Amino acid sequence: MIGGLFIYNHKGEVLISRVYRDDIGRNAVDAFRVNVIHARQQVRSPVTNIARTSFFHVKRSNIWLAAVTKQNVNAAMVFEFLYKMCDVMTAYFGKISEENIKNNFVLIYELLDEILDFGYPQNSETGALKTFITQTGIKSQSKEEQSQITSQVTGQIGWRREGIKYRRNELFLDVLESVNLLMSPQGQVLSAHVSGRVVMKSYLSGMPECKFGMNDKIVIDKQGKGGEGATGQSIAIDDCTFHQCVRLSKFDAERSISFIPPDGECELMRYRTTKDIILPFRVIPLVREVGRTKLEVKVVIKSNFKPSLLAQKIEVRIPTPLNTSGVQVICMKGKAKYKASENAIVWKIKRMAGMKESQISAEIELLPTNDKKKWARPPISMNFEVPFAPSGLKVRYLKVFEPKLNYSDHDVIKWVRYIGRSGIYETRC
Amino acid sequence: MTDSKYFTTTKKGEIFELKAELNSDKKEKKKEAVKKVIASMTVGKDVSALFPDVVNCMQTDNLELKKLVYLYLMNYAKSQPDMAIMAVNTFVKDCEDPNPLIRALAVRTMGCIRVDKITEYLCEPLRKCLKDEDPYVRKTAAVCVAKLHDINAQLVEDQGFLDTLKDLISDSNPMVVANAVAALSEIAESHPNSNLLDLNPQSINKLLTALNECTEWGQIFILDCLANYTPRDDRESQSICERVTPRLSHANSAVVLSAVKVLMKFMEMLPKDLDYYGTLLKKLAPPLVTLLSAEPELQYVALRNINLIVQKRPEILKHEMKVFFVKYNDPIYVKLEKLDIMIRLASQANIAQVLAELKEYATEVDVDFVRKAVRAIGRCAIKVEQSAERCVSTLLDLIQTKVNYVVQEAIVVIKDIFRKYPNKYESVIATLCENLDSLDEPEARAAMIWIVGEYAERIDNADELLESFLEGFHDESTQVQLQLLTAIVKLFLKKPTETQELVQQVLSLATQDSDNPDLRDRGYIYWRLLSTDPVAAKEVVLAEKPLISEETDLIEPTLLEELICHIGTLASVYHKPPSAFVEGSRGVMHKRLPARTGSGEGTECPDVGNAAGGSAPEAAPSIIPSQGDLLGDLLNLDLAPPTTTGPTPSTSGMQMGGMDLLGGGLESLLGGDIGGSPAMGAGFGAAPAVMPASLNAPVGGGLGDLFDLGGGVGMPMGAYIPPKTVWLPAMKAKGLEISGTFARRAGVIQMELVLTNKAMSVMTDFAIQFNRNSFGLAPAGPLQVLTPLGPNQTIEVSLPLSTVGPVMKMDPLNNLQVAVKNNIDVFYFSCQYPISMLFVEDGKMERQVFLATWKDIPNDNESQFQIQDCHLNSASNKLQGSNIFTIAKRTVEGQDMLYMSIKLSNGIWVLAELKVQAGNPNYTVILNESKYISSLRFFQ
Repeated sequence: MIGGLFIYNHKGEVLISRVYRDDIGRNAVDAFRVNVIHARQQVRSPVTNIARTSFFHVKRSNIWLAAVTKQNVNAAMVFEFLYKMCDVMTAYFGKISEENIKNNFVLIYELLDEILDFGYPQNSETGALKTFITQTGIKSQSKEEQSQITSQVTGQIGWRREGIKYRRNELFLDVLESVNLLMSPQGQVLSAHVSGRVVMKSYLSGMPECKFGMNDKIVIDKQGKGGEGATGQSIAIDDCTFHQCVRLSKFDAERSISFIPPDGECELMRYRTTKDIILPFRVIPLVREVGRTKLEVKVVIKSNFKPSLLAQKIEVRIPTPLNTSGVQVICMKGKAKYKASENAIVWKIKRMAGMKESQISAEIELLPTNDKKKWARPPISMNFEVPFAPSGLKVRYLKVFEPKLNYSDHDVIKWVRYIGRSGIYETRC
Repeated sequence: MTDSKYFTTTKKGEIFELKAELNSDKKEKKKEAVKKVIASMTVGKDVSALFPDVVNCMQTDNLELKKLVYLYLMNYAKSQPDMAIMAVNTFVKDCEDPNPLIRALAVRTMGCIRVDKITEYLCEPLRKCLKDEDPYVRKTAAVCVAKLHDINAQLVEDQGFLDTLKDLISDSNPMVVANAVAALSEIAESHPNSNLLDLNPQSINKLLTALNECTEWGQIFILDCLANYTPRDDRESQSICERVTPRLSHANSAVVLSAVKVLMKFMEMLPKDLDYYGTLLKKLAPPLVTLLSAEPELQYVALRNINLIVQKRPEILKHEMKVFFVKYNDPIYVKLEKLDIMIRLASQANIAQVLAELKEYATEVDVDFVRKAVRAIGRCAIKVEQSAERCVSTLLDLIQTKVNYVVQEAIVVIKDIFRKYPNKYESVIATLCENLDSLDEPEARAAMIWIVGEYAERIDNADELLESFLEGFHDESTQVQLQLLTAIVKLFLKKPTETQELVQQVLSLATQDSDNPDLRDRGYIYWRLLSTDPVAAKEVVLAEKPLISEETDLIEPTLLEELICHIGTLASVYHKPPSAFVEGSRGVMHKRLPARTGSGEGTECPDVGNAAGGSAPEAAPSIIPSQGDLLGDLLNLDLAPPTTTGPTPSTSGMQMGGMDLLGGGLESLLGGDIGGSPAMGAGFGAAPAVMPASLNAPVGGGLGDLFDLGGGVGMPMGAYIPPKTVWLPAMKAKGLEISGTFARRAGVIQMELVLTNKAMSVMTDFAIQFNRNSFGLAPAGPLQVLTPLGPNQTIEVSLPLSTVGPVMKMDPLNNLQVAVKNNIDVFYFSCQYPISMLFVEDGKMERQVFLATWKDIPNDNESQFQIQDCHLNSASNKLQGSNIFTIAKRTVEGQDMLYMSIKLSNGIWVLAELKVQAGNPNYTVILNESKYISSLRFFQ
């Protein structure tokens, strides 16, 4: 199991050091600094073995978190724990920075004591932790409160406490998708996938039982047989994972998503689709080499969605060779600029409706070089945001039941929003 | 209020000030002071002097202050054990506190104070806490048992805590169950045979129920524990799999990987024709792919594991090639791993796509990545025959870029392609030759030289090319020198008329001017071969090479099976068994996959031994092992592709390869019987088993060793050199590991040492000394370790020994006590040298003398033993290599008798009779020792 946990600043000074096992000595702290933080070359692996001691590290801005062990630990678990640790710290004091860590070191030690016992991760849900680890010192609790805390920390629903009350029961659902594309110059899709997240922000009283439904092909087909008649499109989900509040065995058996949500924000599910993706933009590049000192580039982008919708924050990045000496750009829409420091022409368009087309052409002048190495022609990449889900996912319902309190599903105000963003959206040229 | 100010106090007299503040009456001031102490502790300052003052602050009802004091205690109690006792009372009292949070805090902290005296006081409170009404206290106490076990295992057993812990597996609270499982698993690891985690269908059922209810971490503990269980039959296996599969949708990647581990293991038991088997295979792919959208560090862990899974069950991910395509922004470690998996998944169906990708990668910036991409193109060519042509042309394109490292890498892989498809792509040789000058890496130079030598007849100026390399012969690395030697010999055999001068030049360079024994030996072999029988030389050197197989860097099957049992853990990240990087007894237990026991097959006894045997690799691996191919190397087969292979569990395999070279290789060279060499290898493999067990006499033992090695392998040239063994483990010597062996080279006894620094600091000032010993062995010079030995560095030293040191009889006779000193300390160890080291070169006795002596020796100086399974051919030749000389040979009643003599370094003669029955492979050896008794007296 984890033998120790250290937090360093960018210089390699220790900010937090907590040792859980005897086999980890003080010299381990230095070994990591010398061999990893101060190492000259780039980090070649997140796991380093120095003198039979293994170091796992993650970096957040310029802070290093390192878990140390001499045993054959579950490596995936160690990394998951380090991420979780970052989440917990962020939930307590905001951004992870040297300043914040120094200001909260007592709190961090207290947290480490609670969420890692003898190197075994324990309940690390912030909702539960915040009930008894506070920044303002422990409030004197009544006996009931104490046992409530302990049963929550160890209980089946460790992520939510009892007795939450809201005057207005409200919930927000965000379907956030990032669409990834790699396209050949000829317009052939080399790979495309959507990775999406359903983020839920809930302000619900009591212990509400929720049921979430979407246009999952498997569910719709099943219902279709039942005679209900499925309307609209359904989508094939390659794979999905759920927040720990979702009852996995129920999903496995019936493919229904039921859960008691944590209070506030949580990522309910992640999913991935590869079939029938709506690619919001198509990029058509045309690069022509005119002699040895000139390149002509023409790029056409086409929007491919309903004309009533508007895409935003569109940015097309056209790489230029390293020996570029000057660039002339003409574009029909938006603004385009050659950024020498980034070796690219950046073309920005604020808004663009569906089923439209726009074009940019540029003349790139090159310095003559005797460098034999050919220019590698990095792909043209694109950024954008669209108000729909490129995977075609639709939320069909989110039902809320709270048998003990007197509010029903109809009283809950629900909001649903779809945002599609570009992930790595590249076209080779 | 900002706490960061505590980090900045560095003025003098700080400790005094803190002391005063700690003893202050004001609570706030006290708390501030403790915070300062903790901050100093964190940055590594020694604040142990404040121990009594801090402990005085412990009795408080302020929980925050209490926690801080506890933190201090955990850090310093070990250095101040007597003072730590002061804290015991407070702990015991806190364990009775009405607040469960305080009870748990007390028992948790007490477990972390690793002082023997405290543990005694810990027992009673712990017992109470294990049965506490509050689950929070129970789950903390469960882990505390593991802590206590780590400090004092006996105490935990005596106090019956293990049974209580077992009871907690049936606890109503899932988190208590999970922690109890974690604690028991850890304790069980240090008692491999204790059957502590008595897993049976009932307890498994309890675990599976808890699995649905506990936290993500608890699920990992339980799944990792489940993976150690072996179901009784395929039905049980299937039902567990069914209950584990929902975990594949968990958001926590570690839960997913642990579930994959359980499924991969239990799948082994399912009959392949079962519908469920296919379903399960299909279910495994999506979650594995999803892992690749996790954070980069987790992607790395996932990719290392997928690499194993793909080798074990390629069918799972065969359609998922695209997800392993490298993204422009992936961290380099993710890129390299993805590339590895792409090659493994490459097949005829997707090769076009893969090649297009690889070509893109070859133009990236990271040197390692580009190299690997180029290498990958070569491997695709070897793996998918249809693509070979395209691969070769891609490689040629890359060579045209003239980027130095790309060219070198391309040449290395093209050599392998030539090997795989002989007489197909040699037209590109001209292009390769153009780049000769730019090659500066040994591997690329060696590859190019190999190509020139191999195709000497097609390259007009082959002799010029090779000659150009010869100029700087002594500056080349061994790899290049060996290759150059062989290539020129090949050239000579192909064009003998023009290149005689060249070959003589290289032979003399290799044999006379070089002090590298490998090079010299190879030089001599070629020289003799060429001078005695050029026809045989041609047969040997230009022999047809076996084809190289397509999968080159597969992990050895038994290791792969073990690693599959460790999916998700560090072992699977390193691709090494836990014993390779975990110290002590923990985790050295080898895990195995269960055997397939279909109920239809009627295997009724799932005996462990059988199970293990059944799961052994079904067929010998079709890969050519990269170690142990020195023989091949000698014959210039160059079998080993330059990729690294996973470490084999036993290093002796490598040593055997070395033996094989001398034995089999030479034998076949001299006898012209190439077919014989594999048999030699096999004979050697069996040799250790036939060592007579009844031999107690040290000399006899040594000889037996020698005889059966001699018989098994045959070494006319070199003496038997035992494989290196670890004499001084790093744990015993503050990080210095010494392994070594003895050898007799050119009449000088050598002690060959490998020093490895496994500590974190640099080691210098090495020196060595021997205790008095039976044959007066002593170092003939100082230990030559000139450069300081940095962390994780290894150095090989050979120390010449003389036999003129002080004499003292040792038991056993060949025992040697050694002291090694470095800048850290002096370390002692003892080792045993093979007696054959002491056999001197002038041990050949005159026939008459032999006869006379033989008769003179009394019968009680005689000992007899048998050696089995020896190969007769040229036994005496082989023995002569070890300075055992055959005096006479006669045949009596169908038995061959060989008479031999040996002379020890201290002048003692040993005479031996070797009786060989025709048709019976057993040898009887009768040893007669002239001065054996008297020498013993002499010692006393």
